[in-house]
Amino acid sequence: MTRLDDLLDTEGRARLGELTGEVTANPARIAVLFPAVARTVGRGPADPDDPDGMVTPRIEDQARVALVCAAAQGWDRDALVAEIGALYRHGDADEKRAVLRALDHLDVGDAALDLVGDALRGNDTRHIAAALGPYAARHLDAHTWRHGVLKCLFTGVPLAAVSGIAERSGIGERRDAELARMVEAFAAERRAAGRDVPADATWLLDQLAPQRPDLDGAVVPDQQRVRP
Amino acid sequence: MRIFDPHIHMTSRTTDDYEAMYAAGVRAVTEPAFWLGQPRSSAASFYDYFDSLLGWERFRAAQFGIRHHCTIALNPKEANDPRCAEVLDALPRYLAKDGVVAVGEVGFDSMTDDEEKAFVRQLDLAGEHDLPVLVHTPHRDKVEGTRRTLELVAASGLPPERVLVDHLNEVTVDLVADSSCWLGFSIYPDTKMDEHRMVRILADHGLDRMIVNSAADWGRSDPLKTAKTGQAMRDAGFDEDDVDRVLWRNPVAFYGQSRRLLLDPIDSDQTATFEGNSVLRGQRPA
Repeated sequence: MTRLDDLLDTEGRARLGELTGEVTANPARIAVLFPAVARTVGRGPADPDDPDGMVTPRIEDQARVALVCAAAQGWDRDALVAEIGALYRHGDADEKRAVLRALDHLDVGDAALDLVGDALRGNDTRHIAAALGPYAARHLDAHTWRHGVLKCLFTGVPLAAVSGIAERSGIGERRDAELARMVEAFAAERRAAGRDVPADATWLLDQLAPQRPDLDGAVVPDQQRVRP
Repeated sequence: MRIFDPHIHMTSRTTDDYEAMYAAGVRAVTEPAFWLGQPRSSAASFYDYFDSLLGWERFRAAQFGIRHHCTIALNPKEANDPRCAEVLDALPRYLAKDGVVAVGEVGFDSMTDDEEKAFVRQLDLAGEHDLPVLVHTPHRDKVEGTRRTLELVAASGLPPERVLVDHLNEVTVDLVADSSCWLGFSIYPDTKMDEHRMVRILADHGLDRMIVNSAADWGRSDPLKTAKTGQAMRDAGFDEDDVDRVLWRNPVAFYGQSRRLLLDPIDSDQTATFEGNSVLRGQRPA
């Protein structure tokens, strides 16, 4: 990922420096500085091929994450959980997305899982992508995580946005048979309706197959398969 | 005719209204936060409302080629309800957001102490957040409410050109004109103020700091009253530049003081979604 410093112009870098300095000195200021980040520091895709920041967080998302990390140094864990909860509750769609992106960088254990749950209940694909980052990969229970993956397939969120998809679904190791069953049922429903099965679903089913032919047509046990 | 409706409650209006407004020349609106026609029972109800002003409604307007901005405040009526008072503590979070172009509607409803306290506090917030203020003047005891409003504005230290005093009529126009605040007039289908009386006020007082809105909401009101006032101005001999000044340049100059107006034309895409909700509700454009 391109470093945030390299994505900002001189003025944006200077402004972000001022803002992080301000919240380091007085963490409560983040309540009013966080919403204003896009118009004061900068906004836009970090990767031109990913304009919505599904896989690579947008410039304003990364700048907001930097601000939360600066403020976090001044709070104990309880205060941190309360404050990021308030930033999320009172945030617009962009701010919520940035809070979700920040979770991976914060020492909150599983105390912020309610924010992930809120994002996964909604239909904003940018929120779903941001919610399934490394924090969810580490902390989300198996049922909720599987439904998150399924929701990606339903809503068109690329599985590339799902952190740890290989590790958690057991690709190349112990396969997640329940996830495989859910995705197969989804694919069957799409076929029954005469609709296309998304390429990501086909890919995942292929990866989760108990065994599959190798390039020579021989069957390879799944524990010998190579991760993507 | 290009029109900026500086006061309209679009959350209460239909997509037919958006289409008719666009056809009449409306390209931008400001939606002030107000009450819902019935009382809210908690602060959380305000937060959901603010979220919709900043999110879904802005998205919905854009689908019809109209730029949507909002103002945020605890309104005068609900300033009297202790269940809603904590909203004041959360306002700074919302006043910092893109798309918020003023503090409002603030002011008086029944001229109570609680209303005055909330009004003064929010005038201070406008100063802290470098935002203009939209002030609602009361329907009952309007002259006294307007007089007290101007006293509080003067005491706040805010420059008068940062304050728009709204819902004026023949009996309050002189008070506000003398204060150097902006003058707002809401044009309704029958009561309060109509487009022909509005034109007489413009003829008598000139066009400086004059702002006309429809204030359309969930009650009997007309989102095309701005356009109808423009037509009444033409009929009375005002030229196109006069109409453009009142219906576009004046509100742009007032809310532009926030430096958060977005007025470039929208390439509207009705298939776009906001938080997964399409304005087409599953339909596809022909």
